[in-house]
Amino acid sequence: MPSINMAKAINLALFEAMDRDPSVVVMGEDVGPDEGVFRITEGLHKKFGDKRVIDTPLAESGIVGSAIGMAIYGLKPVCEIQFSGFDYYAFHQLECHASRFRNRTRGRVNVPLVMRAPYGGGIRALEHHSESREAIYAHTPGLKVVIPSGPRNARALLHSSIQDPDPVIYYEPKALYRLFKEDVPEKMETLPIGQAQVVQKGSELTIVSYGASLRACLEAAEMLQEEDGVKPEIIDLLTVSPLDATLVVESVKNTGRVMVVHEGPRTCGLGAEVVARINEAALLYLEAPIKRVTGFDTPIPYFSKERFYIPDADRILNAAREVLSF
Amino acid sequence: MPRKPIELPKIESLSILDEDGNVDKALEPKIDKDTLKTMLRYMLLARRTDERMLLMQRQGRCGTFPQSSGHEAISMGSAIHLQKEDWHIPAYRELAGLLYRGWTIEHTLLYWNGFEEGARPPEGVNDLPVCVPIASQLLHAAGIGMGMRIKDQNNIVMTYFGDGASSEGDCHEALNFAAVYQAPVVFVCLNNQYAISVPLAKQMKNETIAQRAIAYGMPGIRVDGNDVLAVYVATQEAIARAKAGEGPTLIEGLTYRFTPHTTADDPKRYRSEEECNTWAKREPIARYKKYLIAKGVMTQADIDSMEAEIDAEIKQSVTKTETLMQSAELSNPLSMFDYLYNDMPPYLNEQREELKAELEKSKKGNKSEGQAAAGHH
Repeated sequence: MPSINMAKAINLALFEAMDRDPSVVVMGEDVGPDEGVFRITEGLHKKFGDKRVIDTPLAESGIVGSAIGMAIYGLKPVCEIQFSGFDYYAFHQLECHASRFRNRTRGRVNVPLVMRAPYGGGIRALEHHSESREAIYAHTPGLKVVIPSGPRNARALLHSSIQDPDPVIYYEPKALYRLFKEDVPEKMETLPIGQAQVVQKGSELTIVSYGASLRACLEAAEMLQEEDGVKPEIIDLLTVSPLDATLVVESVKNTGRVMVVHEGPRTCGLGAEVVARINEAALLYLEAPIKRVTGFDTPIPYFSKERFYIPDADRILNAAREVLSF
Repeated sequence: MPRKPIELPKIESLSILDEDGNVDKALEPKIDKDTLKTMLRYMLLARRTDERMLLMQRQGRCGTFPQSSGHEAISMGSAIHLQKEDWHIPAYRELAGLLYRGWTIEHTLLYWNGFEEGARPPEGVNDLPVCVPIASQLLHAAGIGMGMRIKDQNNIVMTYFGDGASSEGDCHEALNFAAVYQAPVVFVCLNNQYAISVPLAKQMKNETIAQRAIAYGMPGIRVDGNDVLAVYVATQEAIARAKAGEGPTLIEGLTYRFTPHTTADDPKRYRSEEECNTWAKREPIARYKKYLIAKGVMTQADIDSMEAEIDAEIKQSVTKTETLMQSAELSNPLSMFDYLYNDMPPYLNEQREELKAELEKSKKGNKSEGQAAAGHH
């Protein structure tokens, strides 16, 4: 298969999933003939029609709440929330119902839905269109939170999310939609939810990240190797809940130094959880305090200043040098 | 475009059996004797269970719960029409319908005693459990109805909410979604005139809740919610429309909560005893009994023996439930981890082990506690 970008890879996964499983339905605002504001649902309405590609009224709680009903009824709804900045309207349905039905009915009723949403900054978008609030969902028991970082893992993880018997929040780093292309295999593939990946083997320093920040980490790592001769180990979490702490801890035991990089606010962000897990399992292996390179504890600034908020390669590189020279 | 009135559908009200038990012969539905008796049986079963639970709550043997007394006609007059393949999505005052659908008294006792097991729908019963977050269940009903359209199934969904819920955004979204997709959903509003303490006049400026149906492009009707025959007729018509592909209906049953909101509420703070007494006289069961006797369906002796049977059944269920709460399976605190995900993530298993070790060391006891054991007398 030719090289494709992430937008196309997600579209491909939706197409494959709908094609192989008639219970999969796609729903959301403008996902029909308009094919989504980012064109992620391109070709789906034409192929699968009104019944399975559902243009909904503009109501996020309505989308997720009715998707819960459909999931209970035996369908597999994949809802698109147009921008993650508006999924708070649906949070009540996710928190009170999607995440809890299995537990409160002692396993009798489960909710196999996927809520997809583009998240994060970097595309000079309107106000309320650039947030990274994955931690809210990671903090919610009963949900899974998956964040791909490239075309191939985006396709595989979306298949896994759709096949999962429990509700999955699938956050798409929109800055990566069309940033780069990657070869994907002809045959559809899955990736286990809850497993992180080492994307670069290295020593002396572990960098833990996910989503769009992972790209900045790779860039910084290249500079670090070129300028300082240090090749850090880089871990892509891929699933932020349930978190694969084991892989992180193993890496830290080898390197002794670690930093966590993400775009969302620092306080109670994913970095805080990663640091806590390392402290619990590998404190005595640490050679330096763990550094968090994150968005600040402010709303993400409107686009004239967003580049000062989103961790970029320079900030990551500087932080890496601090950790290495401690 | 000149200025002229826009023609809109009219909203009707319906009452068949008045508070003295007199029936309007022209409107009286034809219902067979067994069905008439079945409706009384479940209305009584719900009422007696509710009353028994109130006593238990006062004795410290049941947690806080919302009483369903007075709402039996709306629940039963609608649920009676449901087939096995249909869905029943309650709020939390539809005990009569739940018992009719196959939930047991044990379920309700367990649930309001703090056990999730009471929210587990019985096998083969297409119901969702009671829903505490107001109005949120209506979207699940809309979604199930949409699913029926997607899968071409000719079944229906019956769902319930209160007047308070009608102010929630989810109520609006559910009515609109169901209307847009012509989902086969019957929305039944138990308008008991209070959102805890806030009376209708402070909740809305519209005359009826039923008239909101016009705005969504669906039929709406207000019925006497204490008149099981009126509820029966209105829901029967709504189901026929839904099955004919004509979409959802909004039915408002006007009733009254002559009990507190929950056992933790004191209604004297917000309404007069006089008002409460007036409405208590209009409650649904007494007039229905009169109707059945006048019609020759049952004698007072038949009803007495039905009530005696029900009381024995409740007594047995209470004993059974109180034993069940102490059982190894239900009292095991570790079960809090066991049903969250299909596959337990490693960190959750670690937390389970952590609690397990704690329980082995601790003097807290290793059993969960219903209200009785908690000692909140």
